[in-house]
Amino acid sequence: MSHDEAPPVRARGLVKRYDDVLAVDHIDLNVRAGDVYGFLGPNGAGKTTTLRMALGLITPTEGVVELFGRDPLREGARALDGVAGFVEAPRFYPYLTGRKNLELLAALDGGGAAERIDEVLEIVELAPRAIHRVGGYSHGMRQRLGIAAALLRRPRLLILDEPATGLDPAGMRDMRTLIRRLAGDGITVLLSSHQLPEVQELCDRVAIVDSGRVVYEGALAELRRQGGAGYRLRTSDDRRALELAAEQHGIDGAHADEHGLSFQADEHDVGGLSLALGRADIAILSLTPELATLEDLFFRLTEDHRPAPAPPLSPSDGRAGAGEIVQAR
Amino acid sequence: MSSAAAAPLRPGAGVGARVVPGRPSTFTVYRWELRKLVSQKRTYMGFGLAVLLPLIFVVSQLIRGHAPRGADSIFASEIFQSGLATPVLMLTFLAPFFLPLIAALVAGDIVAAEDSNGTLKTILTRSVDRGQVFAAKAAAAMTYGVLAVYLSAAVATVAGVSAWGFHSVRTLSGTTVSAQKALLLVFAANGCFLIPLLAVVAIGVLLSTVTRNSAAAIVGTLGVTLILAIVSQIPGLEGLHPYLLTTQYFAWQGLLRTPTDWAPILHSLWVCALYAVPALFAGYLVFLRRDVAGG
Repeated sequence: MSHDEAPPVRARGLVKRYDDVLAVDHIDLNVRAGDVYGFLGPNGAGKTTTLRMALGLITPTEGVVELFGRDPLREGARALDGVAGFVEAPRFYPYLTGRKNLELLAALDGGGAAERIDEVLEIVELAPRAIHRVGGYSHGMRQRLGIAAALLRRPRLLILDEPATGLDPAGMRDMRTLIRRLAGDGITVLLSSHQLPEVQELCDRVAIVDSGRVVYEGALAELRRQGGAGYRLRTSDDRRALELAAEQHGIDGAHADEHGLSFQADEHDVGGLSLALGRADIAILSLTPELATLEDLFFRLTEDHRPAPAPPLSPSDGRAGAGEIVQAR
Repeated sequence: MSSAAAAPLRPGAGVGARVVPGRPSTFTVYRWELRKLVSQKRTYMGFGLAVLLPLIFVVSQLIRGHAPRGADSIFASEIFQSGLATPVLMLTFLAPFFLPLIAALVAGDIVAAEDSNGTLKTILTRSVDRGQVFAAKAAAAMTYGVLAVYLSAAVATVAGVSAWGFHSVRTLSGTTVSAQKALLLVFAANGCFLIPLLAVVAIGVLLSTVTRNSAAAIVGTLGVTLILAIVSQIPGLEGLHPYLLTTQYFAWQGLLRTPTDWAPILHSLWVCALYAVPALFAGYLVFLRRDVAGG
């Protein structure tokens, strides 16, 4: 496989240990060309450590990570061809202006990067402030300068670690718009975040990590489908309907609140319940399927997966493949 | 053993890594290291010291108006006869502490500051290899040391000549050399002093890389030179003197003898290499293997 055909990010068995602390525990990742790939996890889950290993900033204790088929550990800067981004907050020289910082980075990129400075400043809407020292920039301006610095490299893969952290709502909206635009231009984006609405809005595939391990990797839609076979039911007699639901085969997690009943079931069992309600002279006022939000799924996977994932997310053995939920080891 | 130390070297990450067309050269990285130095206030603190100390000396001697009695340096008694004695006397004063301090200010800071500010990860995710960055940083720190020494010498020369004239001067052997030759000797003597000073810079760069803390690296660099100076004062350790870095601070005085005594200078070359080369090599290895997680 040529480097052009190799996947943008492929990690196998990635481990990072700091003395007794296992920060990353056998992580596998598969980012495909064109993905907007969400890398999700609570703080301290190992996201940033994984990205640092991907960029060659830190050495894995075990395992390998390749960017377009190249290992940064073995091939140095060459492995970062076509790759750009930042880990944690982007950092710049505060005593240099925004433009000077970009000139420096363009010089370290070589090629025609310096000729793109005006263009990238326009993209991130920093052109008027580029003559000022970065030391006086707001957090949001630094984030945007970080994106500009990444775009100088004309990346095919953009790695962004919490790009919206610390931004005000307008800044977050602008950042999402920018990422969507870049993805629309064909750039593969690996977006690390713990902001679930951001990921839900932008990403088509996700990996969810917890305590250094991948607990899900695959399509976001598949995750929501697996976790979202829930229904909400309103009837003429919710109390009796709840009793019936509890007795009905295949109806799980039934409970009632002021909005009616909620439960998980497959379509066949929902049909059985509706027939049973009809026989009991209970009128169905509404029956609506509910897709679980990413937030629901995230918390189920990262809080409830020990010792076993909460139903109906059925764990599978082995490593996370496409759309697999990985059981805690 | 830390994970960084146990990690394999990055083949292709060295200074001599193959240059791919369009990739920046190490010289480009070096040029930007200098531009960064030029843009930082702390750079001028060292230069300020290098300028101020000779000026303070000359002004104080002008106010005093006569040569110090019982001066143990021939140049101390010469300063009122020729302004060209001033840079030599200043080199004698500044060599043991102030010039190493000025060099350490930048050498100890050059890697550690970028690590703690997080900018190291910014530059290491561009198209330059770690070896190139390390080489450029070491070269920039050495350039700063060279500039500081010659700036101090230039200020001392101009101030001394302005105060006491451009006249011939007596050497350490008692012979008199013309003003032109004396000027050349001032330049050469400072050049010889650069040999141990660059070894100090190498130690500073190593400590800057290892400690990741500017203050610790600067203090550590000075600490090394102070410890060596103390060792040179301990009775019974005289056998070590020829191999101490601090002894080499005065090897340049061989140039001021007639005929020129090259032996201490040549000795200084290899002794300083024993300090500088392992320090730079160790710093290079640590820089290649280290985890960059700062900032």
